[in-house]
Amino acid sequence: MAYANFITTIGLEVHVEMKTNSKLLSPSPVNFGDAANNNTNVIDWGYPGVLPQANKGALEYGMMAALALNMEITRDIRWDRKNYIYPDNPKSYQTTQQATPIGQNGKVEITLEDGTTKTIRIKEIHVEEDAGKNTHGGDGYSYVDLNRQGTPLIEIVSEPDITSPDEAYAYLEKLRQLIQFTGISDVKMQEGSLRADANISIRPAGSDQFGTKVELKNINSFSYLRTALAFEEDRQARELIAGNTIQQETRRYDEATKSTILMRVKEGADDYRYFPEPDLPVVHISEEWINEVKNKLPESVSDRLNRYINDFDLSPTDAGVLTQTLIMSDFYDKTVGFGADPKRSANYLIGDVNAFLNENGLELQDTKITPEHLSTLIKLIDDGTISTKQAKQVFTALTQGQEPKDYVEKNGLVQESRVEILQPIIAEIVDNNEQSVIDFKAGKDRAVGFLIGQIMKQTHGNANPNVVNQILIDELNER
Amino acid sequence: MSDFVNETIESVHKALVQKEFSVTELTQRALDFTEKRDQDLNAFITLDKDGAIKQAEEIDNKGIDDDNILAGIPMGMKDNIVTKGLLTTSASKILSNFTPIYDATVVEKLKAQGVVILGKTNLDEFAMGGSTETSYYGVTKNAWDNTKVPGGSSGGSAASVASGEVLYSLGSDTGGSIRQPAAYNGIVGLKPTYGRVSRWGLIAFGSSLDQIGPLTRTVKDNALVLNAIAGVDNKDTTSANLEVPDYTKNIENGVANLRIAVPKEFLAEGIDPEVKNTINLAIEQFKSLGAIVEEVSIPHTKYGIAAYYILGSSEASSNLQRFDGVRYGFSDRTGKTLEEMYQNTRTEGFGEEVKRRIMLGTFALSAGFYDAYFKKAAQVRTILINDFNKIFENFDIIIGPTAPTPAFALGSENADPKTMYMNDVLTIPVNLAGLPGLSINAGFSSEHLPIGLQIIGKAFDEATVYKAAFAFERATQLFKQIPGGQK
Repeated sequence: MAYANFITTIGLEVHVEMKTNSKLLSPSPVNFGDAANNNTNVIDWGYPGVLPQANKGALEYGMMAALALNMEITRDIRWDRKNYIYPDNPKSYQTTQQATPIGQNGKVEITLEDGTTKTIRIKEIHVEEDAGKNTHGGDGYSYVDLNRQGTPLIEIVSEPDITSPDEAYAYLEKLRQLIQFTGISDVKMQEGSLRADANISIRPAGSDQFGTKVELKNINSFSYLRTALAFEEDRQARELIAGNTIQQETRRYDEATKSTILMRVKEGADDYRYFPEPDLPVVHISEEWINEVKNKLPESVSDRLNRYINDFDLSPTDAGVLTQTLIMSDFYDKTVGFGADPKRSANYLIGDVNAFLNENGLELQDTKITPEHLSTLIKLIDDGTISTKQAKQVFTALTQGQEPKDYVEKNGLVQESRVEILQPIIAEIVDNNEQSVIDFKAGKDRAVGFLIGQIMKQTHGNANPNVVNQILIDELNER
Repeated sequence: MSDFVNETIESVHKALVQKEFSVTELTQRALDFTEKRDQDLNAFITLDKDGAIKQAEEIDNKGIDDDNILAGIPMGMKDNIVTKGLLTTSASKILSNFTPIYDATVVEKLKAQGVVILGKTNLDEFAMGGSTETSYYGVTKNAWDNTKVPGGSSGGSAASVASGEVLYSLGSDTGGSIRQPAAYNGIVGLKPTYGRVSRWGLIAFGSSLDQIGPLTRTVKDNALVLNAIAGVDNKDTTSANLEVPDYTKNIENGVANLRIAVPKEFLAEGIDPEVKNTINLAIEQFKSLGAIVEEVSIPHTKYGIAAYYILGSSEASSNLQRFDGVRYGFSDRTGKTLEEMYQNTRTEGFGEEVKRRIMLGTFALSAGFYDAYFKKAAQVRTILINDFNKIFENFDIIIGPTAPTPAFALGSENADPKTMYMNDVLTIPVNLAGLPGLSINAGFSSEHLPIGLQIIGKAFDEATVYKAAFAFERATQLFKQIPGGQK
């Protein structure tokens, strides 16, 4: 737990890999998981004599992210070189937007678990290139894979407004959601398409001087980051109370001990010798271009949320659940698009579908359920073809990729609504339960419930409850 | 004919079309002469005997159209321009084993014309220098006097043309590296406007200053080569998306009423009296041809060198970081750690001048010094651009000397780099402003060394520069003077 007499300040740097077809500065394809160095060319290798060619699409994606985070777009973008020598960085400099980040002065609103909201300001977002990947073989050699080298990234830098690990967590979730709905990235931490580095400092309440920052790096989930920040908050407070000072250092998270571990102590600032990239011209972003990009932006989270509430009459809570991920929201819209009732579609996704995902630890995109099938299932229930009980069975078939109508027909799951079939069954049950008829005449309603139960048992739950009810009442009244 | 000192691209082209000799015969003769001449001159790092003959045979098989002016003409390629399958060293040990897998855009364009690349010409290591003395492959000599430097960094390119080894060559110019050696060797060298010629495949030195350009015996030959290599290239996004005119079209139109500015700073203190005298005669020549010549001032000329050495070295320090011994080139793997490999490779792989500039540039970009050095230099650059723009409001071209002195003696300026740097005082401002600049022989010193006249034009107005140079050449006929070579 945090100590009451200290104030925590957290800064987050979030890197998001963008799903462009080609790299930021070369025509090589961007694709995760290909054989090492397949997606590379002379530019990616930093060959003598090569020049970069800036990818316009990557700039547009950067603009999309900036717009989604309520930022001002910088009109004249100059590229800068950040110099450092490392084998995963063949040119020995990274091309970035140090002086003119594409987006500035943004903000997002986060909601904490207790329902309170807070605005977190975003300092800047810049487009830059990713580095390659080094692996260290057991044969004494290290290996460099440059497939990732040059993949377009955006780096999102927060202002020091985050004051607790929970806020950091909520901020990251919010960023992931907002970026995801722009469609520019998969924002998957496990594939590295989203990476978050944090810095954290504490200071005594009443002090207006920030404490010494500790950096947390290489953390691969939001909840680990939250735990690491909480650990760090506590560690720093205890150090200060013990009269020690905080070192400027970089730490990583250790899952086993749920603690942070020192990676390296920083001695002075790194000197990256930034300067304007002479090989790329300044890019002017016109009003027209911004509008063009705005038009290309998919519907935002808040627009979808409002549409669900206003057009489909969903509760804000349900609308919120459906817009948590782009995949869920798209799935919902498609299900409704295939003609299913919007409210029932929402209930099905939030209820049965989510339960199935949770039980099996799956993501929606990893299942065989399709919007078309789900829509068909809901329509089969609504038009009385199958009972809700049968629907459970059909849903299981849906998760195995089966078409609901086919399944219903093959398995004779059609709900029984025919009077000529139900009438004799009901008459026989009424005949066999004279006491219930007497009770009914005496005004005891539970007799009806008992008889319906008997009928459903007899029909294996396949009888249409509305039809059964109607026939039964008529039958009883006639006695 | 054993060499090309009395020939031009045009004259040899005519002979080829008329089948006086085949391209293969021509190429063999050029190779034989160059091999002999280069024993003393050392203009080439690599003579591509097999490749050149193969190219020649292919062109002979295809035949040469009348309008295919460069087809079959032997040329020299500066060795910092990458050539597929042909060793490209940038005159550095660190690239002494580097064979590129792609062609520079200029090479591609010339190959499409059916060019014969005789070989790769010598230069100062990574084009850093003004005498070709910093080459890992030994010094090149001046074509007129083998005790003198050929200038640099395109010393090999200039000497190979002046001595008649080839009919033209390509060089690169970051602070004067085409014009100054052209001046020292009495030939025509053009640095085009920044963005006129693609830099794709030029091993970078100062990326915001570098341009590739032609070195030739005559002005018209120069225009013919520029025709072939100029134009926008999607591989170089700093190349200009502007139409390229036929530079030979109005070249003979003369200079009547052409407005010529002579900056007084270009003929001020520090300029050799013989150079001053020669340029004054050139000014009179232009007047007699009907041009209007007036004195102007570029007051910030003196800050050019300082700004250039900061900006150029800063860019170079970043550009040359990629030579780390990992992926290509010379690599010292005796060390135990990655850090040691970097250090050993770069310590052994780079020469003194290159190291000096890497250190200078690294310092100028360092935190705490950036504002005082890099930023200030960038501001000087902007001021110089404004100076030029103002003059070009009222004038068509600017003329002056190319270099403060004729070619100096080999080894004479190695002791103090600053003396060497001063040789570029008149060419550097043109690179900083991104303008086209041409050097043409304007006469000789008492030692019979050529003295270059520099003609500077408006951005992308190479046509006017050529027109003025052609008029001067037609009047003076100096290209007919032939170097002796031995002192």
